[in-house]
Amino acid sequence: MTPVKINTGRLRTPFYPRLAELDCLNTWHNWAGYSSPEALYCEDMEYFAIRNSTGVFDITPMTKYRITGPDALDYLNRLVTRDMRKIKPGRVAYAIWCDDQGQVIDDGTIFHLREGEYRLCSQERHFAWLTTAAIGFDVSIKEETVEIAALAVQGPTSYSVLKNMAIDGLDALKPFGLMHHQIFDTELMISRTGFTGDLGYELWIDPDKAIDLWDALFEAGKLHGIKAIGTHALDLARKEAGYLAPFEDFLPAETTVRTGRTRSPLEIGMEWLVDFNKDNFNGRRALLKEKAEGSNWRLVKLDIEGNKTADHSFIYSQEKNNSEEIGFITSATWSPICKQNIALGTVRTPYGKPGDNVWVEVYYQREMHWNRVMAKATVVDKPFWFPPRRGATPPAPF
Amino acid sequence: MKKYDAIVIGAGHNGLANAAFLAKAGLNVVCLEKNDYIGGAAVSRELYKDWKYSNCSYVCSLLRPEIYRDLELHKHGLQVTPYGGSVQFMENGDYFASYHDPEAAHREIARHSKHDADAYTRYSTDTMRQCRLIRDFLLRTAPDPTSFKPKDIKELILLGNKFLELGEDRLYETLRFWTMSVADYLDEYFEKDVVKTAFSGSGIIGTALGIHSPGTAYVLLHHYMGDVDGNVGTWGFARGGMGAVSDSLAGAVQAYGGEVRSEAGVDQIIVKHNRVKGVALENGEEIYAPVVVSNMDVKRTFLNCMDEKDLPENFYKRVKNFKIRGSSGKLNIALDGMPTFPALPKGSELIGNADMHFIDSMERMELAYDDWKDGTWSKDPYIDCTIPSAVDPTMTPPGKHFMSCFVQYCPAQIEGRAWTSEERDGFTKSVIDQISNYSPDFKDLILHVETRTPQDIEDQIGITEGNIFHGELTMDQLLFNRPVPGYAQYRAPVNGLYMCGSSTHPGGGVMAAPGANAAREILYDLKLKNTVPENFGDD
Repeated sequence: MTPVKINTGRLRTPFYPRLAELDCLNTWHNWAGYSSPEALYCEDMEYFAIRNSTGVFDITPMTKYRITGPDALDYLNRLVTRDMRKIKPGRVAYAIWCDDQGQVIDDGTIFHLREGEYRLCSQERHFAWLTTAAIGFDVSIKEETVEIAALAVQGPTSYSVLKNMAIDGLDALKPFGLMHHQIFDTELMISRTGFTGDLGYELWIDPDKAIDLWDALFEAGKLHGIKAIGTHALDLARKEAGYLAPFEDFLPAETTVRTGRTRSPLEIGMEWLVDFNKDNFNGRRALLKEKAEGSNWRLVKLDIEGNKTADHSFIYSQEKNNSEEIGFITSATWSPICKQNIALGTVRTPYGKPGDNVWVEVYYQREMHWNRVMAKATVVDKPFWFPPRRGATPPAPF
Repeated sequence: MKKYDAIVIGAGHNGLANAAFLAKAGLNVVCLEKNDYIGGAAVSRELYKDWKYSNCSYVCSLLRPEIYRDLELHKHGLQVTPYGGSVQFMENGDYFASYHDPEAAHREIARHSKHDADAYTRYSTDTMRQCRLIRDFLLRTAPDPTSFKPKDIKELILLGNKFLELGEDRLYETLRFWTMSVADYLDEYFEKDVVKTAFSGSGIIGTALGIHSPGTAYVLLHHYMGDVDGNVGTWGFARGGMGAVSDSLAGAVQAYGGEVRSEAGVDQIIVKHNRVKGVALENGEEIYAPVVVSNMDVKRTFLNCMDEKDLPENFYKRVKNFKIRGSSGKLNIALDGMPTFPALPKGSELIGNADMHFIDSMERMELAYDDWKDGTWSKDPYIDCTIPSAVDPTMTPPGKHFMSCFVQYCPAQIEGRAWTSEERDGFTKSVIDQISNYSPDFKDLILHVETRTPQDIEDQIGITEGNIFHGELTMDQLLFNRPVPGYAQYRAPVNGLYMCGSSTHPGGGVMAAPGANAAREILYDLKLKNTVPENFGDD
């Protein structure tokens, strides 16, 4: 037999040729084995494309599974903590799934494509877990990461861009809704979802038609400020929206060696995703116990005084006297849209209730010299950025 | 007649490490070696002109970085270079590889099983958890659970806390892990036979047990808990062969004013009134010291070099029953060029840069063990094959290669009697034939072969039955039970006599931890300042 040769380097998505044409900076990083751009020409400008016009981000490396079969719904309901019976065909659910100890394995989105047919998308790869969880269910789980090319199209003009592509029914598509559209002799799936907290869509298509889609999209968007963007711009936008990133704001349980470093959904502000009213789901017993006895940790969104970004900072209960170290910052940024110094962090309970004040020890560097400041921070319970246009149906043109 | 503060018997890496820390504390130390070269099982020998042979141990990752740094081994010539990957050749003509790069590794497992590719995450997390638990105890003396000394109680509390930190579920997992077979452990994660086979080898290397024998899961750790520059699980080549480890340690001994003497084999450890006095050499010379440290395995120390009457009866019996069984042999081969492996793609980075194995099923692994139980070598062996010269330019002339084949299983005796030369040839042939099945030009490239059965290793180096770990790494012979319950703190039942070889905690591998730990206990007894570094720790 001919020796099998696998690609031991980074894979390229079907959109790579177009990204490479636009790329001026040549800064790529690894995303699940694929080359993904950190930025293409200027991360600040790319960020403002998301908030001011339309940013396009290649999400093909996202892990995707197709879940079908007579027990698909029952299976998913056992797998994730929220009640999937409420997610009708044509709807999308953000969901979390846990191990037996009620610790978060990962979060992801579940698309109810058609009656009984689902797609689960996540950052990490979970085929072993998903197939083990399927024991006893008449369900088929197929990894389809390479079979679907996908783009996030995000920003206030994204509706106008897609409307130019003559997509019928787009005006009625609500947040967390999905629809199918025939184009290029194939089916394009459009979901009103995203990771930016703004008006936006995600487009899912056969990889063979990826370039056609890209070209049509950029043609449709050329008068609406469409720009390709990299991970850095997206990461900034997601912090403003208060979205969590695995390995930053929580650790997937299956990758975590040290006991006590994982988090339950209740500890990362996802209590709203846990439905104890439904039948058995994985981690239910442990989470019920935790609910009764109290959690150890709480995820906090912090509005921090001043303008010094609080990367990797410790969080204290008070400014100085009798101060206790209560946690640390997991994501931080200066928010260009809110003009706020914002962060996500994890603190020990009972600290960190909405409205509480905590203190953040910020180290910052100015021309080689390091300085330190104790900055007062307020725990907020809403996303930092949540514009009305995000939910408007039909959306405004810009 | 010469007098020293301390005599260390055996200039293997543990003996040298021990001598270095004693010399550093100001003791007048001599480290004695029976051979005309030092290093014991960590050597680079020129057995073929212009070739260096790492003819015993062949890769390096367990060597404690604390010791490396403290003894400044880099100044004495040590350099460890990591290498990547491994490959499992399959009977159907395919192969299964692992790569240094996690994405490439994932993609290759997925080629064989998508399930296993993702299951690897949990496997490596769970195994790393066990590594972390044990790594903290490598540079510590195992606590004596029956002692009320504050020192022991402190260590026991530490041990207890480490366990409690795991949490309830993981405590169960840990107890299972320490007692289960590597085959059962792998079954909990993987479905594909070749994937399991690839990982199972680390559970049996150096052990007279099969992949289905209870206790082999733990042995995995002795291959996973090492690191190169903090990359836990990574293996490296010592530049210039494994002798560079011993040479650098000897350099440290000498830098601190100690002596290393070769061709000074010890015949007898001299004991008077339950106190050690010194040693009598094979040439009749006697050397005296109030402290004698044996780097020989426990059987050789107490059964061969001491008078039974000087030892407690039960201790003697326990040493006699200590499991140190010959299970592996070696072929060291000089090659005229790099062999080709048609199963691998042309120009594959795996060629020369990976551990190679020529066995692809759990059944074949177990059958290999069956031969050993029948008192003979495996006709279809597990070979851990490396070509260090592909990475290390100092091993051979350019374009030529040195191949190290660790072979399992290989008994110390054939059906209870000595090996015949025909049988040695048969053993050699079974290895060369197995490799040739996957490399048609291999045989033609062979310039020289050194075959080492366990008996050869015992005759040449002195390790009983040539057991690479100085005794099986099973729970009954680990921690406070290594080598013998009640004697796990490096002190022999004769005043002034100590043990510092791999028969003691934490066991085998080129770690230098037993040697260092023994030095700490000796200095404690002598009321001298400790010179042995503490664990870097990993919180």
